Amino acid sequence: MRKVQAVIVGGGPAGLAASIEIAKAGGKVVVIDENGKPGGQLFKQIHKFFGSREHRAGVRGYDIGTQLLKETEELGVEVILDAPVYGLFRDPAGIMVSYMKDGREQAIIGEKVILATGAAENALVFPGSTLPGVMGAGCAQTMINVNRVLPGQKVIMVGSGNVGLIVSYQLMQAGAEVLALVEAAPSIGGYGVHAGKIRRAGTPIYVGHTIKRVLGKTQVEKVELVALDEKFQEIPGTEKMLEADTVCIAVGLTPLTELAWLAGCEFTFIPLLGGHIPIHNEDMETTVPGLYVAGDIAGAEEASTAMEEGRLSGIAAAEALKLYTAEDAKTLKAEVWDRMNALRTGPFGQKRYDAKEQLLATAKGGK
Amino acid sequence: MADGVKITGIPTMEELKATPGLVSDQRFEKSAVAVIECVQEIPCNPCEKACPFGAIIVGSPITNLPVIDEDKCTGCGLCLAQCPGLAIFRVEKNYTDSTSMVEFPFEYYPLPEEGETVPCGGRDGQYITDGKVLKIKKTKQMDGTTLVSVEVPKQYFMDVRTICRKGGSK
Repeated sequence: MRKVQAVIVGGGPAGLAASIEIAKAGGKVVVIDENGKPGGQLFKQIHKFFGSREHRAGVRGYDIGTQLLKETEELGVEVILDAPVYGLFRDPAGIMVSYMKDGREQAIIGEKVILATGAAENALVFPGSTLPGVMGAGCAQTMINVNRVLPGQKVIMVGSGNVGLIVSYQLMQAGAEVLALVEAAPSIGGYGVHAGKIRRAGTPIYVGHTIKRVLGKTQVEKVELVALDEKFQEIPGTEKMLEADTVCIAVGLTPLTELAWLAGCEFTFIPLLGGHIPIHNEDMETTVPGLYVAGDIAGAEEASTAMEEGRLSGIAAAEALKLYTAEDAKTLKAEVWDRMNALRTGPFGQKRYDAKEQLLATAKGGK
Repeated sequence: MADGVKITGIPTMEELKATPGLVSDQRFEKSAVAVIECVQEIPCNPCEKACPFGAIIVGSPITNLPVIDEDKCTGCGLCLAQCPGLAIFRVEKNYTDSTSMVEFPFEYYPLPEEGETVPCGGRDGQYITDGKVLKIKKTKQMDGTTLVSVEVPKQYFMDVRTICRKGGSK
């Protein structure tokens, strides 16, 4: 069986960043992705990213994706596409990664394996939620920005995190009307500047509201909104009916952890990071030796942090492969930690910082 | 009903005035100047590098609110298209005796034409006044973010922040 120094599952921002670090250190690395194109969700991010200018802030997401792909090509990273990974097995030589490619089961052994599988959108259930026209916000984003198809003309967005705010904006850029954004919580979850963009375009934001039901024969035709009290109970008499053809759901992400469960990783439950998270240490290594996690699987955050976690896991794996001395690795990892901590400060980042600290403490807890 | 950026998505004038991104009343009288409407401490600093005059400081930590140095700001507007939040505007209060110029980032098609009269809106997108499009700026460096400047009656220099999309809700 073929064996390489590192196998990375998932070719999104975290996986690509990890592969770049290992390749830079001189390691032979293979990235396996189930999609036809690497880059994960980066190629549908048409907005300019936040963060530090030194680190690609102000650059549009798809341009960051292009840069990462260019680097992986220049460094000779091998990327296997259209290849869903379905199993991880312990092997004396490392970890065997089983995947489907061209209709055949195949396998490769990585001395180190990094899981960068990302996250999936959460669903929301309400009467009418199975009607065509109700979709994840990420789905709508793929339709408009990758496939150039407008899912509908009149959209109601649910969820005021950055995903809901950004996709609302992009739907309007694509030519749709966003009639309203509703948020069950009493305040807006995402950045005020993202909210400001859709407000300037005339979209109202209803905090303390949710969808009561969606009506329609064969597709979404009407959407009934209702106000919620502080205990998230519907307030009778506050219903409001809007004519719409599309409902987008942006109510958080759940890490795609199946492979980590299969591999026997120990988990912890942190709602703020999306639910069950494989316990990992400061090197992003799980409780299964040689198996690392990076990006949303290690706690759903955002793309800039995912890239940093990818780098961290890549450097750590390269160190474990003796491609870096402990001293060099220490310096490199400290640089990543500095940037990552900066992304986790402020009123929006502090909670994620605390949650990650809690996770690291769990890892250190001698488990 | 409570207001403020966390509830409505729109910073109140009190929230704006409490930030270091807003220059003094005296500075507005002098000449064109950048107005940074960034009221939340988010990890972001492209504006700092965008200013060739060192008039915007974020520093460390990166979550600091941008501080504008009103003496150094020349009102060139180079920072506008570099802000991922589209939260920087350029305002010339005394554009003429009776009008002000407001410039803002605009990422929609169709774009208006220079000289055209357009409905101008506030931070909530609602119609405030008609304005004349002065200039459409679109360069490679701005990476897809177009800047539109409009001439509006002077009393609206701190209110007009966009043109109403598709005519808006006039």
